[in-house]
Amino acid sequence: MSTVPVPREITTQPRRSDRVFRRIVTAGGLSSLFILSLITIFLAYRGYEVLRQEGFRFITSSDWSITTDDAGNVVESHFGLAAMLVGTILCALIAVTIALPISIASALFLNFYAPGWMKKFLVAVVDMMAAFPSILFGIWGFLVLMPSAEYWAKLLHHYFGFIPLFQLQPYVVTRSPFVAGVVLAIMIIPIITSVSREVFSQAPLDRIQAAYALGATRWGMIKAVVLPYGRSGVIGGAMLGLGRAMGETVAVFTVLNIVFQVNWHMLLGVGGNVASLIILKFGDASPYEIKALMAAGLVLFLLTLAVNAIADVIVKKTGKSGR
Amino acid sequence: MSTVKPTRPWVASKQDRLRDALIFVGAIVFTYLLVEVTPLKGKLAYFIVFFFSLMIANGFTGGLRFGFPAAKDAIIKTLVAFGAVVTVIPIASILGTVISKGYKGIKLNLFTQDMSMATPTDPLNNGGILHAITGTLTLVALALIMSVPLGILTALYLTEIKGRFSKPIKFLVQAMSGVPSIVAGLFILSAVLYPITKSYSGFMGALALTILMIPTVARTSEEVLNLIPQDLREAGTALGGTQWRTVAMIVLPAARSGLITAMILGVARIAGETAPLLLLTGGGDKVNPNPFSGSMGSLPYYIWKSFNAGSEESITRAWAGLLVLVVLVLFLFTSARFLSTRKVSR
Repeated sequence: MSTVPVPREITTQPRRSDRVFRRIVTAGGLSSLFILSLITIFLAYRGYEVLRQEGFRFITSSDWSITTDDAGNVVESHFGLAAMLVGTILCALIAVTIALPISIASALFLNFYAPGWMKKFLVAVVDMMAAFPSILFGIWGFLVLMPSAEYWAKLLHHYFGFIPLFQLQPYVVTRSPFVAGVVLAIMIIPIITSVSREVFSQAPLDRIQAAYALGATRWGMIKAVVLPYGRSGVIGGAMLGLGRAMGETVAVFTVLNIVFQVNWHMLLGVGGNVASLIILKFGDASPYEIKALMAAGLVLFLLTLAVNAIADVIVKKTGKSGR
Repeated sequence: MSTVKPTRPWVASKQDRLRDALIFVGAIVFTYLLVEVTPLKGKLAYFIVFFFSLMIANGFTGGLRFGFPAAKDAIIKTLVAFGAVVTVIPIASILGTVISKGYKGIKLNLFTQDMSMATPTDPLNNGGILHAITGTLTLVALALIMSVPLGILTALYLTEIKGRFSKPIKFLVQAMSGVPSIVAGLFILSAVLYPITKSYSGFMGALALTILMIPTVARTSEEVLNLIPQDLREAGTALGGTQWRTVAMIVLPAARSGLITAMILGVARIAGETAPLLLLTGGGDKVNPNPFSGSMGSLPYYIWKSFNAGSEESITRAWAGLLVLVVLVLFLFTSARFLSTRKVSR
């Protein structure tokens, strides 16, 4: 004889254990919001004094100097990020300009041209490269790539020197933003490639087959179906790469010659990057200068946040365009 | 009466393959001759001349046989293949350099000694990276303990609860994965190190690494949890399980190997992270088992220090450290891939 179980109470209310569970999971889920707002608040709090003192000059001037008297009190200070911001944007743009065509080509190759075994192998290799630590790119870039990259820079100057962007005055090609841009490009190629590959592989099969059925060549099919479909996804991937390139510290620091001077000439060995500025100045910074570095970190944080937000919006539009 | 043999026109025939091979060899020979005869020189010249000659030859033969669209198709095919080659060259070069330069620094004492009695410029048989290896393992373990619960809870919120914050949280996780590592370091510096502990320690570094690791864990776990069939959840609820029991006893165990993959990918992401450690850990030269006090060494810090010391020995040390780091990352990455090939287990 078994006892008849008591019927369970029928209710649409979640049980107590579930309410606790849902609360814990929601709290954990909100941790990203919590951390990101803490980052903003603390960097703004620490950097507030400098930001108030410098005002807009913090992003428009490019002095970085601090004078203290014998007791360690700050007598005079000028903090301006203009040169570093220009350098950050210049290096990141060079990197994306180089990386984007190469990434699109290799993503197309992986999806539509490579035979099965090669595709598997190459996808693993490219993903693996995305996991390489940035210090590896930095040291490899400095010791192995830099001699070649400087040679390429000389060639560019020799043949395209009449374009203002490639001018060299004075003739200093070592450790230029161009070299840093090449290193960053190699770092972000795997990222853009894997995003693009993902987007291209989602191109609707019926449209692909329709294109072939109408007699399109492979390139004709890609041009008519895959590229319009994947365009916004690829742009989003490029923005992700841009964000990564802007925030990169070590790889840029080892390669670049950091000088506080606004420089748009990419072959000239004068440049900078907000993140590498922080590493450069952190070692022997006084407490007041640390505050300026915190403010610089805040600017960099907001910049990458904006780039990522734009990337997010663009990626979400994938597939809505196209024929 | 003969049966009609089905043809497969989309498969390259023997003639096609022979022609492609001939064009390839022809382009190599042409490149060699052109570079030898003209004043062009260097690897770059070989590469570019080969690229263009192959492209033109392919386009020309394609065009002769099937007209202009085929010529364009052949040219694009060559272009795209070269894109893939350009992507792979740096990987090969990086791996080749790390192995060829790093193995000279791999000696037994590298794994048994620390740098407390040696400087980076000493001969290679003095001092090692024991402190760096233990330091990196400690940092990674601490970051793992802190980030995995938060990452998996975030993923659970996105897949199980699907509350009204789902969309913003998805975006925030995405944004968090874009936080520059140096900013994470500065944040811990401003929020914890200056006001509270006031000294460098391994734990500070682990906190910064946690921030960098959460998004990787959360995004990979979310993908994995989305792959768990909805039937399992419904079955759990139908058997009278509360949501909490369903998740804890059905969904999470089913996704186990995928979640382990997520952790491994997170570790691979942070193992080589350098910038925040330069700000926060102090980079000691001695084995330091206590992450809460005293400066702590780590592989990236050791590599950075040796690289900046600038002598021949110290650069060899940096390469040896990089080799160990790369082997570690590759090992993690390969095991993650191996596990992720069977995402749903019992």
